[in-house]
Amino acid sequence: MQTKTERNNPAAIAELSRRIALLAEGRGHLTLMHVCGTHEHAIVSSGLRSFLPPSVSLVSGPGCPVCITPEEDIGRMIHLAEHGVTVTTFGDMVTIPTTQGSLADARARGADVRVVYGIAQSLAIAAQGTEVVHFGIGFETTVPTSSVALEARPDCFSILSVHRTIPPALAFLHEAGIAVDGFIDPGHVCSIIGTRPFEPLARRYKTPHVVAGFEPGDVLMAVYLLLVQIAEGRHDVENEYARAVRPEGNVIAQAHMERTFESVDAPWRALHDIPGSGLAIRRTYREHDALWRHRDLLSSFSWEPRHDDADCRCADMLVGACSPRDCPLFGSACTPDSPIGPCMVSIEGTCNIAYKYG
Amino acid sequence: MCLAVPGKVVEIRDAVGVIDYDGVRIEARLDLVDASVGDYVIVHTGFAIEILSEEDAEESIALWKEIEAYADKDGKE
Ligand code: SF4
Repeated sequence: MQTKTERNNPAAIAELSRRIALLAEGRGHLTLMHVCGTHEHAIVSSGLRSFLPPSVSLVSGPGCPVCITPEEDIGRMIHLAEHGVTVTTFGDMVTIPTTQGSLADARARGADVRVVYGIAQSLAIAAQGTEVVHFGIGFETTVPTSSVALEARPDCFSILSVHRTIPPALAFLHEAGIAVDGFIDPGHVCSIIGTRPFEPLARRYKTPHVVAGFEPGDVLMAVYLLLVQIAEGRHDVENEYARAVRPEGNVIAQAHMERTFESVDAPWRALHDIPGSGLAIRRTYREHDALWRHRDLLSSFSWEPRHDDADCRCADMLVGACSPRDCPLFGSACTPDSPIGPCMVSIEGTCNIAYKYG
Repeated sequence: MCLAVPGKVVEIRDAVGVIDYDGVRIEARLDLVDASVGDYVIVHTGFAIEILSEEDAEESIALWKEIEAYADKDGKE
């Protein structure tokens, strides 16, 4: 993978930064949005925002899967865990606060809550005869791994799907009137779905898109390509990350997804219902859909919606309307050790990343 | 949740690959890709999700080279 060299060459980065400043001149304020925790990581850890002129803001949108998982679904997982089911989930989900506690609280009370780094580990636990519900969080990058698990039709195993898809969320942001001049599309989501699902969005909302990889140079290149499009009055979908993203995406993975999931309207924490953004497990696999398999246990589940902590600004954070330092609690009342909102808990949360890199 | 860097497939057993990251080796499922030994792959939550392709990246590489060449020339003047 020879190509790393140019993307890391400080002289090339400086030249790119100079071109970006030239292109931005006289265009007023420009807001570019990415929707991926791994992008935010690359941006903050490299200090990339300091390579941009003050008139170009690079904001993060709803790209942290743990942050957008509805509290009610976390509540369902807690309920299952407290009724003798072993639940598995990715690390940072365990401590995500809800108004009625976290999975970690349930574990402290004796529930079997286990952290896995991938669904294969959950399958291994179920293979020993333990009844397991895996918390199926994540965007299109993670969905096909759930599909492969479902297709194996394993005994003692089901998934509570809170999977979400990115293109409907971008349409939602446009419909909600959020002013974004260009999108940096998430590279690994696009490895799966390709670049084509973004084309109708680019056309309809007349906004340029660039798919980007995860080295700081990738993100800076995406900013440059967006500004070139803006300068030329184009709104195309361009692919900066062609080494890992084909226009048609990963068709093997898409076939797995198509067989196992269907699109439904679904809520995002701190946002609203987003049409067509959820993925429900198809009926043919309902023996492995936790909502069906554990319907008796779940019939005693109820959830009183209460508001998130009034001062927490995660909701604004998720639509790029503010940055961590705009929150009065950031770094004082709210830190990774005693987080108030999901954006501070998740390793992909904007507040957590900002805190870690000071 | 993503490992942003590619690893190299050094061994394949059934649907599981051994992926090498500069000497550190992990296992990853290969159900989602048609990978062979020697391919570079992106791994996400224990599954390889895509194979890297240099040829597909030619246009990006050419743009970087152009910018690099310009920067080098500029620096020397
Ligand atoms: S710093 Fe804490 S309280 Fe403030 S928005 Fe972030 S998560 Fe919420």
